[in-house]
This record gives sequence, structure tokens and C-alpha cells, in this order.
Amino acid sequence: MVKEGNIRIPSGCAIAAIISRDGNRMTGEKIVEAMKPMHDRSNGLGGGFAGYGIYPEYKDFYALHLFCDCRDTRKACEAFLREHFEIVKGEIIPTRKMPEITDEPIIWRYFVAPLKSVLADLQLDEKEFVARTVMKINTEMEGAYVFSSGKNMGTFKAVGFPEDVGLFYRLDEYEGYSWTAHGRYPTNTPGWWGGAHPFTLLDYSVVHNGEISSYDANRRFIEMFGYKCTLQTDTEVITYILDYLIRVRKLTMKEAANVIAAPFWSTIEKQTDEYERNKLKYLRTVFSSLLITGPFSIVLGFNGGLMALNDRLKLRSMVVGEKDDLVFIASEEAAIRAMEPDAGNIRAPAGGEPVIVTVKEGKF
Amino acid sequence: MVIQAASLDHKAINDALRGQETDCTVVGCLGQRFIGAGMSDKTVVIDGVPGNALGAYLNGAQITVNGNAQDAVGDTMNDGKIIIHGNVGDAAGYAMRGGTIYVKGNAGYRAGIHMKAYHDKIPVIVIGGRAGSFLGEYQAGGIIVVLGVGGDEKRIVGNFPCTGMHGGKMILRSDCADIDFPGQVSARPASPDEMKEIKKYVTEYCRLFGYDESDIMNSIFTVVTPDTENPYKQLYVAN
Repeated sequence: MVKEGNIRIPSGCAIAAIISRDGNRMTGEKIVEAMKPMHDRSNGLGGGFAGYGIYPEYKDFYALHLFCDCRDTRKACEAFLREHFEIVKGEIIPTRKMPEITDEPIIWRYFVAPLKSVLADLQLDEKEFVARTVMKINTEMEGAYVFSSGKNMGTFKAVGFPEDVGLFYRLDEYEGYSWTAHGRYPTNTPGWWGGAHPFTLLDYSVVHNGEISSYDANRRFIEMFGYKCTLQTDTEVITYILDYLIRVRKLTMKEAANVIAAPFWSTIEKQTDEYERNKLKYLRTVFSSLLITGPFSIVLGFNGGLMALNDRLKLRSMVVGEKDDLVFIASEEAAIRAMEPDAGNIRAPAGGEPVIVTVKEGKF
Repeated sequence: MVIQAASLDHKAINDALRGQETDCTVVGCLGQRFIGAGMSDKTVVIDGVPGNALGAYLNGAQITVNGNAQDAVGDTMNDGKIIIHGNVGDAAGYAMRGGTIYVKGNAGYRAGIHMKAYHDKIPVIVIGGRAGSFLGEYQAGGIIVVLGVGGDEKRIVGNFPCTGMHGGKMILRSDCADIDFPGQVSARPASPDEMKEIKKYVTEYCRLFGYDESDIMNSIFTVVTPDTENPYKQLYVAN
């Protein structure tokens, strides 16, 4: 079989998310429920979840989740990691054997901290070093793929329907203050474990429904800054763009949203607040190559919050609801009702209007 | 006849509906798509959240939803009536070519996209609240009414209404001073004759959802129509 990244088949998808603003932790069961009424939006070629706050006992360590094609690859990868990191724990990620999920690679996780001596030698900050190491493994180590690399968070993804993937990874045994989910209907690539969503880098994870037409323009720009897009999927480039804008360039979430889903010039001209108008102009001008065109609805997960965003034309659906301290986001209202039948304030954010939900200070 | 939808997929629900001679109520609906697709002779009431493309190709049946509906309500509907006691998602009345849709609350983006009309087939969509951006995009026929009932200070429609509109009519309960229309359409206050037509839709809206008719009628209405029979003449080639 030609693996993902080497072939392109010119999708529909389902996304959902839940967050407790009070930082209350919940198992992954609710988010799995959300995916059931949206079953038909996926075709069984990918499902995945990201949970935040799930590793409190290792919260100071980067949790690297890896797919490896064989034992030797896993061992080689571990040896490589050992040269650069202190590994406090390495283990198989527990899964359930089930007929719906087959052909699983070796799925392993390491809790690591970069060696101080290595960081000092390279004069890099910790996050940058981890990001570069992930890129290095994913591009240079044949058969190994890091699919999650944040602190106190983790992604779990596979080829299969999302509700089965949730069972497979035993998400009922994890507790997090926020969860995102994705059901995949790949249209451009054949669907491999690594290509399922969420896509992550450090603690940023992205689930995405859509088909962006600016992929190559975005990719050419972002690869100038050391990111390497290995899978030809648009979600990967969105993840790197957000990491670049937020972590590297230190834009706020809203500013990043105004870059990737920039308002039309005609809409910017109508902005009456001069400061806002100039800022929108500035962002659109400076980061013109990071404008994402074509239909998308995404949920960005990060430590302490979520951001939901539609393309500016709103060519994909997205609904938000809430109850008490919980906020729900999904492609369909039915998915929200599956998580919480009594959810209120159901609304559809406008195209390009980011919905940013954060956990109260000190609660995560 | 009551159909419990909880454990049924969309096909099973539609099969159950088709198998009944009587009117039906579907309870516990949660995201099943295509409910009532193509039906011509039933009255269906739905509790819960029906999935996308509710009443697609509807051909004369009546569907009432006691709550919100999702995307593409009445997609390519030909005849019949859909009544939503809540809000609808994006692309309500997509390519609709007959029948009526009444929405108590708001509509998402692209309501009435590519509606069309032919002779006595004149589809009507009435939105009680606000409509999202691209209302009546590529509208080719039929009538879109937005009432802005219970509205706050927000505009009655989002950005870019009537983009590509080249037929039909849009009626907005607003002076539209804050709305930019594209060049190929004209917006003007409703004429007395048009007010009579508007009253017909408002009366039915109030009957269905329990609003006071005089409250709604006591307002300025704007009628938007494309400028000519063929607004795109010579846009691409001289024809």
C-alpha cells in the first residue's frame, strides 16, 4: 500500500469538543457519545481525540505518543530520545482488542524532559527543541511518527470510526478538563493512522472539517520556518501555522484567527474602530501567505482552553452550546445534545468569528 | 402513530414513516438525516433534533419540528410545508423550487441559496428572526421573508445578502439603512400591494408561532429584487 504522504486522492468530517471552564475533569466517554449521531459524516478511515489535563502525575513532562512500524524502529527511536531527553517513563499505550480496529502499529508513549545540557548547547528554549525533535523524528526516522507531544495532554487516533477509536484507546479510563474529537472522511489521502486527526505539535491540537484551497501557499510559507509538512493533509499545515503565530510570533488567539480567517477587505474598511481596522489591515498584510482559503471548521485545543473557528465564508457548519461550567462545540447540534440533552444558548458563530473558551486561572 | 427514533438510523425512520397510513410523531430524534425525504402525503411532527437535509425533495407533506433543525432544511423541496419552532442551520431552503418553510427563530448562513421558481411553483421561506450572511445567494426565484422578530440591535441579515441574486424577491422588515446590497439588485420600500402580500405571510407566521400580527406589520418593509430580467447579460460574453 502507498502510505499517506505519497499519494493524494481529492472530504466531509465531524468535529466535537467539550471543556469545563471550572477545570473539572471528565472521562472521555462524553466526547465519544458526541460522535455517535455524526457517524455518517465519517467513513471509517480515521477517528481521534485529544484530552487535556489527562496526565496530572506527569504534568511537567512532555508526553510523546508514537506510532512505530516495528520493534526495531521503536528501540531505535528510544535510543535517539535517550540522547536528548531524560525519559521518566516509557510504556505501551493501553488499548482494547476489538474487531473494528485492525492493523495497529506499535503505539507507545514516553514522558520526557529535554536534557539541560542539550538545551544549553543548542541555545534553544525547551518548546522549540521539542518541536524540532518531533519534526526530526517524523521526517528522518523511517517507520516512526510522533503524533502527540504536549504536556499534560495527549491525542489518541486510529483508522476506524471515532466511536470505535474511543473504545479502542480506553478513553473511559482518562480524565481531562477538555476533549476534542474528530471523525474522518479523507478525500485527498488514503487514510493512515498518522493522518487521522487531531494533528498536534506541543500542546496545540487541531481537529478540522474541511478542504482548504490554500494548502500549498500556506505550506511553502510555513516550511521557511523549519516546519515540515509530511502528510499532504491540510490539517497538518493549519496546526503548524497556529503554532507559528501563537507560540513563535506570540499573537493572541484572536489575532491568529484574524490572520487565518481574515475578514474581506470590504469588511475591514467598514470597521469603525480605527485601531481595530488598522490592526486587521496589518495582520492581513504581514501574514498574507497564512490566510487560509476554502472551507474549514476547526477546534484548536491548547493547555487551558479551546478555540473554535470557521472559515470567513462559513462553508462548514459549527454549533456552540453550554450548560453550567461546560461549553460544547460540534459540527451538529445533535452531537451537543448527545453530550448534554439540556445544553442551552445554542448558537452558530459567524464565519471568521473565533470562539475562545478558557479554563479559569489556576484551575488546570 | 409515534415512532421512537432513539435506536433508529435515518433509513429506519423513513421506512417507519412510509409504512404508516396515519400522521406520525417522531420522538427522541437525534441527528438522523433526510427525514421525510421526498414524501408527498403525510403530516409529521418531530421532537428532538432532526439531522441535516430534513424534508429534502419534500413533495407535499407537512413537517413540524418542535425545536431547532440543522443544515439544509428543505433541500430541493418541491411542495409541502416545513414549520420549525426554533432556529435552522445553514443553507435552509437550498435550491428550493416549491412549497413553504416557516422558521420561528433565526436562520444560519445562505438561507434560500439558489431558490428558483417556475410558473405556479413559487417557493416561500419565512424567517422570523435574523438571517446569516449570504442570504438569497444566487437566488433565481421565489420569495424570502425575514422579519427580525424579537431582535436586538443586531442587523436583520449578515454580510453580503443577495450575492448573485438574479430572480425572485426578498422582503426584509427593516429600512435596510445599515445593509449593503450588491449592484445588480434594487432595494425599495414595499408598495401598498406588496404590503398586502407581506401581510399574508405575517398572518400565517403569527398563527403558527403565536405572535401579534399588528406588532409585526407596524414596521417598515424593504423589498429587494434584481434590476432586470437578466442582470448578468454581457457579464462574460455579449449575448
